[in-house]
This record gives sequence, C-alpha cells and structure tokens, in this order.
Amino acid sequence: MGGAVTLAALLAAPAKADALPQEKWAGVIAAARAEQLLGALACRLSGIAVPERVGAILHDARDMAAESRRAALWEAEMARRVLAPLAVPVVLLKGTAFVAGGLAAGQGRMIGDLDVLVPRAALDDVERALLATGWEWAKPDAYDDVYYRRWMHELPPLLHRDRDRLIDVHHTILPPTARITPDADALLAGARPLGNGLSIPAPEDMVVHAAIHLLADGDLAGGLRNLWDIDRLLFEFGEEDGAFWSRLRARAALHQAVGVVARAVRLSHALFATAVPDDWRGLRAGDAWFRRRLLARDEWGRETRAATRAAFYIRSHWMRMPPPLLARHLAIKAWKRVAPARS
Amino acid sequence: MSDGRSDGATRFSAPPDGYRIVALDELSAVYHRASGITHVVASPAPEILDALSGPAMSADALLMVLTIRYDLADADPAALAARLDELLMAGLVVAQ
Amino acid sequence: MKHQFAMRVGPVGFRIGSAWRAPVEQLAALYAGYPGADVPDFTVRLGPPSPWRRWLRPAVALAGDFTLPDTAPLPLAHALLAAEMGMNLQVALGHRRHLLLHAAAVERGGRAIVMTGESGAGKSTLATLLGARGWRFMGDEFVLLDPATGMIHAFPRLVSLKNRAIDAVAAALPDARFGPLLTGTPKGDIRHLVPDARAVAAMDDPAMPALLLFPRFGADAAVRPVAAGEAFVRLTQASTNYVALGERGFDTLTRFARDVPKVAVDYPDGEAAIAQVEALWAAL
Repeated sequence: MGGAVTLAALLAAPAKADALPQEKWAGVIAAARAEQLLGALACRLSGIAVPERVGAILHDARDMAAESRRAALWEAEMARRVLAPLAVPVVLLKGTAFVAGGLAAGQGRMIGDLDVLVPRAALDDVERALLATGWEWAKPDAYDDVYYRRWMHELPPLLHRDRDRLIDVHHTILPPTARITPDADALLAGARPLGNGLSIPAPEDMVVHAAIHLLADGDLAGGLRNLWDIDRLLFEFGEEDGAFWSRLRARAALHQAVGVVARAVRLSHALFATAVPDDWRGLRAGDAWFRRRLLARDEWGRETRAATRAAFYIRSHWMRMPPPLLARHLAIKAWKRVAPARS
Repeated sequence: MSDGRSDGATRFSAPPDGYRIVALDELSAVYHRASGITHVVASPAPEILDALSGPAMSADALLMVLTIRYDLADADPAALAARLDELLMAGLVVAQ
Repeated sequence: MKHQFAMRVGPVGFRIGSAWRAPVEQLAALYAGYPGADVPDFTVRLGPPSPWRRWLRPAVALAGDFTLPDTAPLPLAHALLAAEMGMNLQVALGHRRHLLLHAAAVERGGRAIVMTGESGAGKSTLATLLGARGWRFMGDEFVLLDPATGMIHAFPRLVSLKNRAIDAVAAALPDARFGPLLTGTPKGDIRHLVPDARAVAAMDDPAMPALLLFPRFGADAAVRPVAAGEAFVRLTQASTNYVALGERGFDTLTRFARDVPKVAVDYPDGEAAIAQVEALWAAL
C-alpha cells in the first residue's frame, strides 16, 4: 500500500511513529509533501521519538508552516486595511480563518491564497477597493472573466503586484450552478468577530464549508488535506461543546449539505479515527470509492489510480454545472486551447 | 490611503519589538516581524523609527524631535509626511 | 520506483527514483565517492511525462517533492541533467537548515571565499580552477550559510560545465573524472565534472567566510569595494530561501553582508582572475 495510507495512519495515531521502520520514512515524507500535509504531520508528531534525520525534516516543516501562517495573517491584515472603510462584513475562510482563529486545524497548515467571503451586494465596492490598492487580475482573459462573473461564486482571482499573493473574494461558497445552494446570508450573519474588523465562520459553518469544499467543489485533488482540516475541526469543536453535533446537523440542513457533511464525517472517522457520535458512523455505499481516491498517493509521492482520479474529475464538473452548460464550458475551453496554434 | 494621517490629531508610534534593524554602511535593513518583509531604507527612516520607539506622538512633534535629536537642519514637513506614509504602509509605524 | 539511488551531498540527502536503469547507473558511477542517505531529505523522480514516453521517444519529466510548473521534459539521453536540475530544485525550494546563496565557494586554512553572480559570471569555472591550485572546492551552485554559527557549509555536487568551459576545465584538470558530454540541451553543451576526492572527503567541514566576491567575466581587470547595503540587496536576490527563512534569514544575511569584506572583480580571463583573487586574499 502507498505512502498516503501510512501518512493517514500516523496522523490518526501519532504514537505509531515510534515503531515505524526507518526505511519507511522517506515514503511517508514524500507522500506528506505531495498532499501538503508535512507541516500538519510534523505538529502532530512533536514530542514523539523519531530518527534524528526525520526529526530535522519535521522541524523544518513546522518552521515552514510558521512562516506560512505569518504571511497569511499579514495578507489578511492588508485586505482588512483596504476594506475597513467600506464597512462591510469580511469573513476569512479556510486556512487563514483557521490560523486567525487559533484553531487546531491551523497547526502546521500551509496556506496559499487568501479566501474571504463578503456580501454579494458589496462585491463591486470590494473589487474596486482592491484594484485601487495594488491588486491586479491574475488572468487577463475576457472569457474567463465573463465565466467567473456569470457562473462562479467568487471574483476572478486577484494578485497583489508587490506581495505576489492571491486573494479569492467569494460571495458564497459554491457556484450558483451547483446542485446544492448554501445559505451565504446565514454564513455572514453567524460569523464570529475576531475583534479587528474581520471575522471567521461559526464552528458548524466552518465544518459545512470544509465538507462542501472537499466533496462538492472539485475533483478531490489534495483532498486528504481537506479531510484532515475536517478531522481537526470536529476534534476541537466536538470536544469543547456537547451540543455541537446537533447544531452541525441543523446547520448542514440549512445549507442543503446534509449528505455531504455526513459523508465527510464518516470519511474522517474512517481515515483519521476522529471521535464521532455513534449515529454519524458506519461507511455507506460509495464511501469506499472516496476513500480510494483520497489515499491515491504512493511512497514516491506519485498519484496512483488514474481511472479513479479521472472519474472524480468528470464528477467535479458534473456537480458544478448543469449538463448543457458543462458542454458549452468544455467546448469553449477546448477551442481556446487550439486557438493560439491557428493564429 | 486614508488613515487620516494629515490630521494633526493622529499620533504615531513604532514599537521596537515589531521589527529588527541592522545598519549596513549608508543603508539600513529592517525586518518587519508581522509581515516577514525586509525593507532596505535610507536616512531619515531609521531616525523616524528610533524617534517613535517610545510613546506615540503627532507628526509635528516627530518633526521637532528629529530636528533636535538628529540635527536635521533642512527638515521638510512634506518629505517627512511622505516617509511616514511609507513606514505606515509597510506596517512599521502604526497610527492611532 | 523501479530503479533508485540515494546519496548525500554536504548536509543534504537525496533519493532519486527512475523508470529507467541507465540514469541511476550514471548517477551511481559519478557519485561513487559520496556517502549514502539513510533518511533522505528530498525525493527526485525521473519518469516519463506520459506512459508511452517510457518507450516511445523516451523523455524525462522533472518531478519530486518540489516542482516548477511548465518544466519541459528532456530526452532520456539528458536524464543526468534532469537529475541534477531536480536535485537543485529540491534544495532551492525546500532546504531550510541554512540560508542558501546561489554562489560558488573555495576554502583554504578554514577560511572561505564566496563568489556570487548571475549565470555566465564564471563562478563555476573560477571555483574549479582555484580547486586545481590548492584550494578546497566547496561547491559551485549553492553556498549554505549556517544561521547558528555564520559559517558556510559545502555542497559539492557535480560541477555542471557549459560550452566553452568544458574544454577549458578539461585542459586545466587532465586527471579529473567527467560524465558523458550532453549535446544540444536547453543550456547548450553540458558536461559534469566530479569534484576531486578532497572536496568530497572534507564536505562535512564548514569554513568561516572571509571574502565575498562579485566576479564578472569579460571586462578589463578591475577591482572595487562593495558597500554592505548593496551587497545585502544583491545577496537577497541570489538567495532562493531568504524570504522563506523569515527572521533567521534576515539575521544570517545581515551579519554576512556586514562582517565579510566584499569586492567586485571584473576579469578578462581565468588566469587574470586567479591572480586577482590571490592578491585580494593576500591583502586580507
């Protein structure tokens, strides 16, 4: 079995690292790097005896995650300064929300883009404010622009010209064309202020968003990291509050994401032994397929199971767009690919 | 940018634990801890940071301190405001 | 992967997996004098960009723990170059125990000269020629600056000689070991030189930097001192991990830029450069 299987086992039960034969470590480290989970693994294994060279690699990974955290928080601060005069709610999402909220899910996490949620009505003002202060369109392409504006749940990505960091401005957490429609207003209304003008989603909403991000918004590439986010969120929120699980169920229903959240919880329990109430457990039909996809990474860091991955790729487009729209989208993308060769 | 910095009531400070500064011949390298960004600056930026290391002060008070402490004879309020603005943008100086 | 090889260069351990036998055999021969790596720091993969390219017009895609998007595959005959590029890329993007400078270094009596400059400045050739004149060769691609001690660590990987430098170095080092001549690569003709036994045997011995040179090939001989501020800015540009290291990088690089004498050296040819370097060294 591949590197991702051992990686998941170590994340679930770090004490097992003690018994891992030295020759297995290279495979675990390669798989963890490929899945963007080496920092998380390093934090999980701190204090556990590992071979000296492994300890040095894990130390570097923790260090790298600390720098990633610093850059993410500063990028949030830069956006805060620019958006503060607009007096609109700005909710941090994903990795930046985890580190800004001091959550376990942020420990060792690598953070690339800054993801924020703002009210749809504020989108134009936010766009104008960002464009006036150093952010530029990352892809100057007319079709993609129209595509984003008509069909997507976010502005086209903006890149800051000095800091070279991307911001994704969302007005909801799934494209309007997707099969399920999360309640963006409820997400904004339930957000928890951080005290500096920014906020992060309520705990249940964070889990719902992470589950949607994992299972309803993409082809599961990098999915193991997203599932680890879910494990850490469930671990932290479930432990500190007995009513969390019933609120999670209600919130999942509000966002039309009951099935997605339930599957994410089952997979988290299955792969990472997350403590989960009895009625959330037990794998269902189809879960095994997701599990195979999530663990498709060998001990050289290569993706395996090409057929499973291809199936998930098609599924990802299927879920996000009604078929006629999908056909049109793929046709335009295909034409664009051949166009430069003709001109 | 509009932090109201031309407003005489705005007070500025540069907490010394927020950055590290190393003099390199005629220039200084400044590492800003919150952003992880390095700035290479020339005079009077290091003097401004030093003058603002204590209690917050207004731009006028800063100009006076710089004139007295560093003997900046040709201290120009407009130039000072521009330098202060750059340090604010960088996060090295905070306005309150 | 089917074929694999592991070795350590200076403080960095590598594991190289390959879909073909030949690249691993070449690496094993050229790196024969290097220690192994029990737990490698980095993985490099030499595999086909698509399954059929393993046999049909076989090509090597550059892959590993860290990759760059849109890297064109190389023909299998250039697999050694792919392996070297892959190893460099892992160090450039992943190594964090030292501040990395894109530079060459030589050592004598525990003290080192660091030479930095853009490709074509001649630092590889210069370091190699100095290595033939009694200096210990520490590396021609990366100089590793230790944040704790300020000392530099060697990274004596294979020297990648390009175009005219191939014959110049072969003439200066008649007994040296070379890899196969790779013609028509994206960088022109390339031939790898194995660092001498002394460079490999002493690769775990750090040295204190005593002189920083900014060499420039092709101009009339000239020497000018470089101010610390200018050196610092140029070194941040010559470092692949300065930003990634955060405050540790800042402390390490400002100390280096401030404390080590810094000189820009223009030189018309290798012989003149060696004379200039020896004169600067004697004047320290």
